[in-house]
Amino acid sequence: MATTELASPRGAPPGHATGEVIFRFACASAATLLLVALAGVVISLFIGGLPAFKTFGLSFLTSTTWNPVTEVYGAAGPIAGTLITAFLSLLIALPLALGVSVFLVEFCPVQLSRPIAIAVELLAGIPSIVYGMWGLFVLAPWFAAHVQLPIAMSVTPGSWIDKVFSGTPNGANIFTASLILAIMILPYMAAVFRELFLTVPPQVREAAYGLGCTPFEVIRSVVIPYVRRGMIGVIMLGLGRALGETMAVTFIIGNAHGFPHSLFDSGSTIASTVANEFAEATSDMHTSALIALGFVLFVITFVVLAIARLLLREAKH
Amino acid sequence: MTRAARRRAFNGIFVVLCSVATLIALSALVMILWTLLSKGFGGIDGMIFTHDQPAPGSPGGLRNAIVGSLIMCGLGMAIALVVGILAGTWLAEYGAGTKYGHVIRFLNDVLISAPSILIGLFVYELLVAPFHGFSGYAGGVALAFLATPIVVRTTEDILSLQPGALREAGMALGASRAFVIRRIIWKSARTGLLTAGLLGFARISGETAPLLFTSLGNQFYNHNLSQPMASLPTTIFQFALSAYDDWQRLAWVGALLIAIAVLSINIIGRVLARETHRP
Repeated sequence: MATTELASPRGAPPGHATGEVIFRFACASAATLLLVALAGVVISLFIGGLPAFKTFGLSFLTSTTWNPVTEVYGAAGPIAGTLITAFLSLLIALPLALGVSVFLVEFCPVQLSRPIAIAVELLAGIPSIVYGMWGLFVLAPWFAAHVQLPIAMSVTPGSWIDKVFSGTPNGANIFTASLILAIMILPYMAAVFRELFLTVPPQVREAAYGLGCTPFEVIRSVVIPYVRRGMIGVIMLGLGRALGETMAVTFIIGNAHGFPHSLFDSGSTIASTVANEFAEATSDMHTSALIALGFVLFVITFVVLAIARLLLREAKH
Repeated sequence: MTRAARRRAFNGIFVVLCSVATLIALSALVMILWTLLSKGFGGIDGMIFTHDQPAPGSPGGLRNAIVGSLIMCGLGMAIALVVGILAGTWLAEYGAGTKYGHVIRFLNDVLISAPSILIGLFVYELLVAPFHGFSGYAGGVALAFLATPIVVRTTEDILSLQPGALREAGMALGASRAFVIRRIIWKSARTGLLTAGLLGFARISGETAPLLFTSLGNQFYNHNLSQPMASLPTTIFQFALSAYDDWQRLAWVGALLIAIAVLSINIIGRVLARETHRP
């Protein structure tokens, strides 16, 4: 059978057609496992949270009562805390991250730009528990002594300033949690912004400079419009990170379940509530309510991350 | 003010703002690193690696936590490398351009940034609740779920960089596609695959949230994966929130150890990656 001789050359094992099929199948099933994993997360969180959703219905999302003793669970406090801290941190981190990346791409001397960029990228990898500890032991005491107390001493009770800034002066509140989150997502966003800015073709930039634009005008009118969709993607990625961040927030947000009433009020996020209570959940309904919280967080972050990835993919093409 | 002067002024302000932003960002990060070094470095002594965690007030180390972390990260990485490299290979070699490939890549991207605490909840439902007990296995699997997407992404990137001529040369000699991938492509990309593993490892070695209710933590030395297992992050979490000075000191040492580990793994990964990318 000369033809089979030709079809299976030396070096390749004899029944290599079977090997090919097996290998291909192994690769494809590993890839499918990713799909199964994500589906597993959704389904298990939904099933685990179903008793809570059934019992409390819509009031699970709107009520602010979270009481393990009377078994009444309303998650409006943690949900609001999650959204507020995430948006506040984005508000703080976005201008800084933009500034850092523009500085690195446009103004920084070349010799300095690479080391700073690498340092920023490495800092993005520092585990969040380190940021959390710094928040607890350094930022919170400092903030209480140098910001909260002076404000509390000087404002007239009942004024709008008092309403916005009132809270126990211990440094553990919505605002400091947002600050820590901002410091955490800052290096990450700056690193991705920088990569994005570097995708703008040099010709486009040079053409604008050639017309006599100042660096500010080049950034505003050429670079940013060129990568606008990608930028929104990066912002959403940062938001996704801030929404789901657990440890950094758990240390410093104060862990109160109610709806936060002021910027310096203690609060909680979905992730911090789950981290604090899950291992010690007192009853099945408590466990179920916490898993239901996880499901809510999953839905929020999935939407945000999906939009981010779609925009970034378009930006890359 | 003339138009030109106004434009120059705007630009000047912009440059200053950008520089100030960089200064603020860098100083915040330097402050964190400085606190970490100054509080953690003094606490490192021989006992950290040879003694288990102490009761409040007595001397001790972090041996049980370090060993637990290494075991669970090892288990997580073993799973993540097998699944991640195979899935990454499929995305780069078989699934590139197909619709299913796009879907998988998209879901993988979502998984990379998914909140790690949700992975913890999922593994709790999967492995802890049905078997009625926290275990090192559950912790390792939770970490595997976090490391796999990173290995997948890096593997796919690295394999796509391998020259097509390499594949064609292998095929022209009559080797099957699987044979070409395993013996030629993987071989020429092996540093890159190592980088993929290192990046995944760096990601999971500091993860706390997914371990809180999978491996739970353990105050004693234990290398039995079917029992609750200590890990550096969960021990740090417990110690940092405690009211005891010596526990808090140990927490800083642990945080410093993790940060050093993560930084050095990341740096090694990057150096290797740069060497492979160099033409």
